[in-house]
Amino acid sequence: MIKISHVSHQIAGASILNDVSLMIPRGGITALIGPNGAGKSTLLSLIARLTPLQGGQITVDGADVTTTPTDALARRLSILRQDNSVAARLTVADLVGFGRYPHHKGRPTAEDHAHVEKALEMMGLHPLSGRFLDELSGGQRQRAFVAMVLAQDTDYVLLDEPLNNLDMKHARQMMERLKEAARVSGKSFVIVVHDINFAAAYADLIVALKDGRLHSLGTPEEIVNRPCLRDVFELDIAVETVGGHPFALHQIAPEPLVES
Amino acid sequence: MAGLSLMIGASDMNLGAVFRGEGDDALILLASRIPRTLAIILTGASMAISGLIFQMLTRNKFVEPSTAGTAESAGLGLLIAVALFPTTSLMVKMVIAALCAIAGTLLFLKILDRLPPREPLLVPLVGLMLGGVIGAIGTFFAYQLDLLQYLGIWTTGEFSGVLRGRYELLWLTGGLAVIGYLFADRFSIMGMGRDVSITLGLNYRTVMWTGLIIVSVTTAVVVVTVGAIPFLGLIVPNIVSRIMGDNLRAAVPWAASLGAGALLLCDIIGRVIRQPYEIPIGTIFGVIGSMIFLYLLLGRQSHAVR
Repeated sequence: MIKISHVSHQIAGASILNDVSLMIPRGGITALIGPNGAGKSTLLSLIARLTPLQGGQITVDGADVTTTPTDALARRLSILRQDNSVAARLTVADLVGFGRYPHHKGRPTAEDHAHVEKALEMMGLHPLSGRFLDELSGGQRQRAFVAMVLAQDTDYVLLDEPLNNLDMKHARQMMERLKEAARVSGKSFVIVVHDINFAAAYADLIVALKDGRLHSLGTPEEIVNRPCLRDVFELDIAVETVGGHPFALHQIAPEPLVES
Repeated sequence: MAGLSLMIGASDMNLGAVFRGEGDDALILLASRIPRTLAIILTGASMAISGLIFQMLTRNKFVEPSTAGTAESAGLGLLIAVALFPTTSLMVKMVIAALCAIAGTLLFLKILDRLPPREPLLVPLVGLMLGGVIGAIGTFFAYQLDLLQYLGIWTTGEFSGVLRGRYELLWLTGGLAVIGYLFADRFSIMGMGRDVSITLGLNYRTVMWTGLIIVSVTTAVVVVTVGAIPFLGLIVPNIVSRIMGDNLRAAVPWAASLGAGALLLCDIIGRVIRQPYEIPIGTIFGVIGSMIFLYLLLGRQSHAVR
């Protein structure tokens, strides 16, 4: 369980997060949604100790992220940020292999190689494993980074917009595989997604942030509905039900609601 | 290429023995030829590794000790040491030079933090300017103290003065290069940026300092013993990076062999071209190196930068 208590954060005097408290349960997929600038990425950075906490406390399975040694935390929690511009010339296999560093500290064992293989397999990267990152398309690179984080094999995996640059096939595939990993090995994924329908279809819990505050938290049905979305995004969005999941038709303006 | 470097090393010794030690003098071989060859190999390998590490730490392919003010700072430190404590041992002078090199590099890294990350070419330019400023301070004091000719010797590397007993300090760079190799994974991860480093549980500050010290001390030792070899730490790692990629575990041995090989080649050229006189190796490498540097700058559309 990730426990976030009274976390506030400011950047250059501007308030980014304001007294956020919430608990992210262990196991399953938690989706973070909200408009641009709601503080989603900042919250992930704080959980993953990439940004030092200014106020409040965050614990991961009881371990305080500010006081726990960073290498111990690296075996519990991993993060992939939104902007991954790696200048270094590495092959896909190298990159994914570095995901095992917290476990082997420079001396990979057979187990480490097995994890790398599994991560490559999961993201469909085997044909590309010998290629350099700068020879890949944006979507392929994105999959390589996700594979690296998966190879780290932590209980908690934070992904900031993992579907960036992915085509429809790979976006759906990635969500299916994350869901599968959560089900089979009990991993917890915390994901920032912009396409609300991916959250509605795959998340077990949705957390909505707005203006640096926790707006609401609940199952897809509780969050992905017309009144709630209107409140979070300040946009009128029609919601249908498709295959048992709420489905937001956010691309087009809906018929006005008829009050009855 | 490692084989090529070995071959050059071997032929260099043969050549040297032939055209220098006519009277097959074993003393020349032991006191001059072998130390010289060893010094060149150590310098070439360690400077190439330093450049590689430096480029990982700064995430910029155009950074090396002579484009970051490190070499000039070491020279200034050596000048201070000679001016203030003229009678102390080479070791003490080296320590003072190393401390100055660390300070200069730290200043460079501080400036780097404030540069826009999307302007990779700005970094070596600022580094060259910083080096220029530090070099100018050094020149001023050298002029005041009548030490200008020393400054000239330190800033242009050459191996003709290398004799037994005058190069052994260079083994220190060999040791540092080995530490660099042991830390290879950590430096590779640093090359992926701060966020990835922290995610993978790296102690960012410790690794940064380790790299900083390896680079600065190696540079200081080289400046104190044979003089700065500009561009070596830039060209060799860039060539290796293009061929091998930036996984340092694999790249470090290649950079070391290529660095040593390139320097041996330049040394042979310098010795052969105007026999029996010598052209300093720093000059030869500077000429060839700046041409390759310009080529890398102009033809950087592919891999040289992000």
